[in-house]
Amino acid sequence: MNKVVIDFERCKECGYCIHFCPKGVLTKGTEINKHSYYPPVVGEGCIACGTCARVCPDAAISVFKEEA
Amino acid sequence: MRAVKTIYQRPVVFTDEITTYCGGCGHGIINKIIAELIDEMELRDKGVICWPIGCSCLSDLYYKMDQIMCLHGRAPAVATGMKRANPKEFVLVYQGDGDMVSEGMAEIMHAAIRSEKFSIIFVNNAIYGMTGGQMAPTTLLGQHASTAPYGRRIDSSGYPVQMAELMATMPGVIYSERVAVNSPQRILQAKKAIKKAFQLQLEGKGLSFVEVLSMCPTGWSTAPVKALDWVDQKMIPIYPLGVKKDVSEGETVQNEEQELEVRSL
Repeated sequence: MNKVVIDFERCKECGYCIHFCPKGVLTKGTEINKHSYYPPVVGEGCIACGTCARVCPDAAISVFKEEA
Repeated sequence: MRAVKTIYQRPVVFTDEITTYCGGCGHGIINKIIAELIDEMELRDKGVICWPIGCSCLSDLYYKMDQIMCLHGRAPAVATGMKRANPKEFVLVYQGDGDMVSEGMAEIMHAAIRSEKFSIIFVNNAIYGMTGGQMAPTTLLGQHASTAPYGRRIDSSGYPVQMAELMATMPGVIYSERVAVNSPQRILQAKKAIKKAFQLQLEGKGLSFVEVLSMCPTGWSTAPVKALDWVDQKMIPIYPLGVKKDVSEGETVQNEEQELEVRSL
């Protein structure tokens, strides 16, 4: 399965990843980090395009693709 | 077990430091592009980055390489010394709009006049970010800022400065392009432009200049996602994107010819 890993403490909740995700995999989170931001939650259906990682201003996202 | 391919991972040159930028700041994206290129082009051990005063003045904490924080607006002057002392070294100047166009206008103009052989990344977010959203020389007409509560007016503050076009008119500049970072496609385009600027420097051809339109959600008092649209709607009509000058082919030959003419006089 493709995997999006979000660095929980690094996220600043700008929402760019949620805005640009072509599949709507990422949604607004409910858990708070130590800088008082709510990092997004990763859902199902990621195609590992890497768009969220590319737009993240804090380099908090890594994307891994499982090859068939 | 299936093989796992890495599509994107945090650049190796970055430290573990968390940036001081606000959420959604364009500086973070531009810093990341630089870090990716440093990794790809293996510049970590052979380069210096000259940081400005502004929101990006703590950026030396984020990279594991040689860096210097310059006086306000004087990054091109510091870079001149660096490059002339060690011409093989890769020297990158990173400046914001307040730093370059307001305080450091003389330094950037004279670096262009002398055709210094380093790369400049100019981050234009149309406002002074760090000091609290004051009007910058690049602030748009009618744009509200803490020192322009009724919007910028021509009669009192003049016109926004278009640096990419201005630099394109200088004979010493070999490459000038304006890019933006408000969508994934534009981020790729920006990376391509910055990579070209780096390559031209490594070939020793002359001053390469890339202006990047960046978001400042805090300074513009907007949500980060709305700031992306603000760049499209307000900034790009005033600051059109694209290559403003590219004479990277044959420029060095022309310089030699000019020098020969001067000597024969």
